[in-house]
Amino acid sequence: MRKPVIIGVGLTPVGEHWRLALRDLAVEALLNAMEDAGVDKVDSLYVGNMASGSFVEQENLGALIADWAGLGNIPAVKVEAACASGGAAVQEGVKAVMSGLEDVVAVVGVEKMTDAWPSDATRYLAYAADAEWELFHGVSFVALNALAMRLYMKEYGYTEEDLALFAVNAHTNGAKNPYAMFKKPITVETVMKSPYVADPLKLFDASPIADGAAAVIITTEEKAKEFVDKAKMVEVAGMGRAIDTINLANRKEFLFLRAAKVAAERAYKMAGIEVKDIDFFEVHDAFTVMAALSLESIGAAERGKGAMLAKEGQIAIDGDYPIQTLGGLKARGHPVGATGVYQTVEAVWQLRGEAPNQVPDAEIGLTQNIGGTGSNITVTILRRV
Amino acid sequence: MGRPMQVARYWRHFKEKYRLIGGKCKSCGHVHFPKRPVCPECGSQEIEEFQFSGKGKVVSWTIVRNPPSGYEYYKPYPIALVELEEGPVVLAQLTDVDPEEIDFGMEVEMVTRKVREFEEDGIILYGYKFRPPIK
Repeated sequence: MRKPVIIGVGLTPVGEHWRLALRDLAVEALLNAMEDAGVDKVDSLYVGNMASGSFVEQENLGALIADWAGLGNIPAVKVEAACASGGAAVQEGVKAVMSGLEDVVAVVGVEKMTDAWPSDATRYLAYAADAEWELFHGVSFVALNALAMRLYMKEYGYTEEDLALFAVNAHTNGAKNPYAMFKKPITVETVMKSPYVADPLKLFDASPIADGAAAVIITTEEKAKEFVDKAKMVEVAGMGRAIDTINLANRKEFLFLRAAKVAAERAYKMAGIEVKDIDFFEVHDAFTVMAALSLESIGAAERGKGAMLAKEGQIAIDGDYPIQTLGGLKARGHPVGATGVYQTVEAVWQLRGEAPNQVPDAEIGLTQNIGGTGSNITVTILRRV
Repeated sequence: MGRPMQVARYWRHFKEKYRLIGGKCKSCGHVHFPKRPVCPECGSQEIEEFQFSGKGKVVSWTIVRNPPSGYEYYKPYPIALVELEEGPVVLAQLTDVDPEEIDFGMEVEMVTRKVREFEEDGIILYGYKFRPPIK
């Protein structure tokens, strides 16, 4: 099979973009990525987006964005996997290139969330849960994660302060990222003083509602030489994707992301690597407890030890398991369907040696993108060419 | 959200939501809630209805302070994962309880309560909630 490489990245800052519409954000990121790659046309477009129909009453994003970006009569579709839509769209683009069907593919992840009232945004996000058996009872996404957080603390003896360390690390790193929504370091006290959204989960345990778009250009290693130097190429070395029960209550285990384990194992096998070979991890820290569970489920920590990595300082840039090197969902921001593509862009920066918060000599990075309450997960391994 | 088909949308779940009827696999005996077309344990499609007792214990809980739109009237309200006596876990609101009293393993029983009202001339939804048992 053909070796897929990323040759261009583009993005918008994450934030509350009152002046920009969904299409403006997507087109800006997409054109930036095409410019970075030095391509002026692509064979197809994959759009990662979770809930444009609910947030801005717009579906058919493939046509909308390809049309407004002037890409001509190419094939273009939206890929939806809840908050993992971005990660899934990247993987669909990679599959298209690997298969030989398409040579140069664009992927853009976009979400415009601030056009909705906050309580409606809370509702739309809960559409990723089970509508009949979860949302019906008035549960929010935050509340579902709070149920896991309470259990995690009880099962393994952690405190709210322990989990707050994930937020502190994310904000420390986000402060260096010019595209992050929050560029200000915080302390454990900041997290502890923030109000409960769903006890024991506080405002600063959660990622913000935001707008943003990120894009990548994927082609084959052979074709890449036509556009960029080797230093700009990043290989997509492995990828995996898996689902789990959509309804948290139907899960066999509440504190293990089975879908992340399966997805990670597939990705490691395809890349021919082990977790110890990975230099940094962009995991899905939509909530602090999810960062801990993610590290455990992908094999970076034993069960119950994810939060220990934070307590021991191992998740910092100079630690053994650097995570959220550009702020993660917590500080960079979480425009849901775009997040997986932001993670990909940030991993590419690290591997090209261009990150404002550089992990020294980074050769292999992992991105993990969660949809639903662990119900739809993508893991992608990126490697320096 | 459009209104015309709302009634049918909720009516089709009356059995589960009013009476806590789930599924039991005729092949391996696995019981689950809600009833599924395929047994999650053995893959059999021979599933019959199963009446749960409504007794259970709290596995985990939270207090919803920023609810999704449509539930603002009730906030703050407790939501829990409840492990039913027969094994499956369900997610539901707790009712008739002081949030301070809720604890891991607390015994609860199912009751039927109003879950949500829609706007003027809209429908009213009822369903199961759980409360500490009346002695």
